Amino acid sequence: MRAVRAVLWRVVLWLMLSTPAVAEAPARVVSMNLCTDQLAMLVAAPGQLISVSYLAHDPGTSAMAEEAQRYDTNHGLAEEIFLLAPDLVIAGTFTTRATVSMLRRLGVEVVEFAPASSLDDIRTRLTEMGKALGRETAAAEIVARFDADLASAKAKADVRPRAALYFSNGYTLGRSTLAGAVLEAAGLANIAIEAGHEGGGHLPLEQLIQATPDLVVTGRTYDTPARAQEIFQHPALKALRARTQTAPVADRDWVCGTPFVIAAIRRLVAARDGVLEAR
Amino acid sequence: MPYRALLACLSALVGVLVAASLLIGPAALGPTESLRALFAGGTEATALIMREIRLPRTILALTIGASLGLSGAALQGYLRNPLAEPGLIGVSSTAALGAVIAVYTGLSAAFPLALPLMGLAGALLAVFLVLALAGRDAGTLTLILAGVAVTAFAGALTSLALNLSPNPFAALEIVFWLLGSLSDRSLSHVWLALPFMAVGWLLLARLGRGLDALSLGEETAASVGVRLGRLRLMVVLGTAASVGAATAVAGAIGFVGLVVPHLLRPLVGAQPSRLLPVSALGGAAMLLAADILVRVVAPGRDLKLGVLTALVGAPFFLWLVWQSRRRLA
Repeated sequence: MRAVRAVLWRVVLWLMLSTPAVAEAPARVVSMNLCTDQLAMLVAAPGQLISVSYLAHDPGTSAMAEEAQRYDTNHGLAEEIFLLAPDLVIAGTFTTRATVSMLRRLGVEVVEFAPASSLDDIRTRLTEMGKALGRETAAAEIVARFDADLASAKAKADVRPRAALYFSNGYTLGRSTLAGAVLEAAGLANIAIEAGHEGGGHLPLEQLIQATPDLVVTGRTYDTPARAQEIFQHPALKALRARTQTAPVADRDWVCGTPFVIAAIRRLVAARDGVLEAR
Repeated sequence: MPYRALLACLSALVGVLVAASLLIGPAALGPTESLRALFAGGTEATALIMREIRLPRTILALTIGASLGLSGAALQGYLRNPLAEPGLIGVSSTAALGAVIAVYTGLSAAFPLALPLMGLAGALLAVFLVLALAGRDAGTLTLILAGVAVTAFAGALTSLALNLSPNPFAALEIVFWLLGSLSDRSLSHVWLALPFMAVGWLLLARLGRGLDALSLGEETAASVGVRLGRLRLMVVLGTAASVGAATAVAGAIGFVGLVVPHLLRPLVGAQPSRLLPVSALGGAAMLLAADILVRVVAPGRDLKLGVLTALVGAPFFLWLVWQSRRRLA
């Protein structure tokens, strides 16, 4: 009861004082998107971030699942966010749209982050996060470390074995996506580009087989069955995989534009070395 | 048109469509290259494409279409009702529910035959339910009401099961189970479904004489030695086996069993024994054509088969409604 009253008081007080002041650094920050969760956890000062989305706790999709245990969980619902009385809410530009507009109507400060579609975007998002949280120096340090790691991880792309990104439902990703950029950094050529996919799209199994890639890169498969994953059991794909190399990359390493993509790059560089050795 | 000529025409149509289905696809292969890969092997990639991707898809379109057309004709003949059809009386959606339970609980991964068996069980349940609800001499209204109820209930349970699945993709697959698709099906699906469908065809194909007699009325049929109980059992089992297995691998595909027998009935003088084989051929042709269109109209989008069959079927259904209103007036 006391806790409820405390929260209510805080809401009332905050409603009275919510002239959007030029806050130096927001003290109570809530993030409600898997990718901004991770960027915020990396950049925020201790105690500054109070809640991250439930997705950040899933070790399959979040590279910082353990770290996320230290924060409150939200589900991106306007009510629960509002009751947290945040100074700043961080959202993705594609997710929880209704919640964002509702929070704005209620006078909550919301910043939106577009998903990263290149390695450059990772630097930009980190810098933007630093600005939003008033932690520019911390962000700059992380960017510098990322650049150093990237330089050491990148492959010397003298020869580029041809790789296919192939996910559930036969989905593939092209040049203008983060996974495409990771593939390029790892010294591989992307067959999705040959098939005319700049962004993402469905790559029919026939076209994949016809392209005869040197490497098939797959993502996470869930333990629970779904038709989307049946494609990995298709005899034609199995036959293809029997004579090319496969590299599973964990979703958490590259669904979001964070410095963790270095792990995906290293994984793919190793796979590329395997292909070149086999030649 | 004489009966034999009609059979020959439909067979030729199916043959052309089978060839087209084998030759059309996202991988741009020439006709000679395709055929060489299919029969002689060709390069490894083209052989895989032809034998493991296009061949199973074509076989499934052919056999599933035949199952739907045949069971539609048999149900319409047995119930003496133009609206009896696996999709409308809830057989397809209940079969889909059975298949959904098999797939998403992991049962079919551990025991592959569970997929067609659960589809069959679902289909059986629906046929019994509808026959019990509507009775054998049901009027159109009771039959359709029973069918709508069963379809809605099975559809809701399918959606519920998929929404509750912890796999995030499952909820998106509601569309597949409710509308049907043949994309990325493999020969293993053919081997799972084909035996059951074949048993169903055998059961249904032998009903011709009984249905002919039944079209003159129950008493006449009984007087010429048709055992109605046995006939009923054969219709139920035949429909459940063929539609259950078909739906288990391709989802619920509507309207084929409704439209095809209707279009062909005047051409065979409304004789059920002749309607059965021509409906099987017609159903195969319709589904092959729909599956080719899916690939041509929206390549790379995985358009669902039920969308196309409903685009043809729903206006036809409206026309039927119109006709029956005029008859009542």
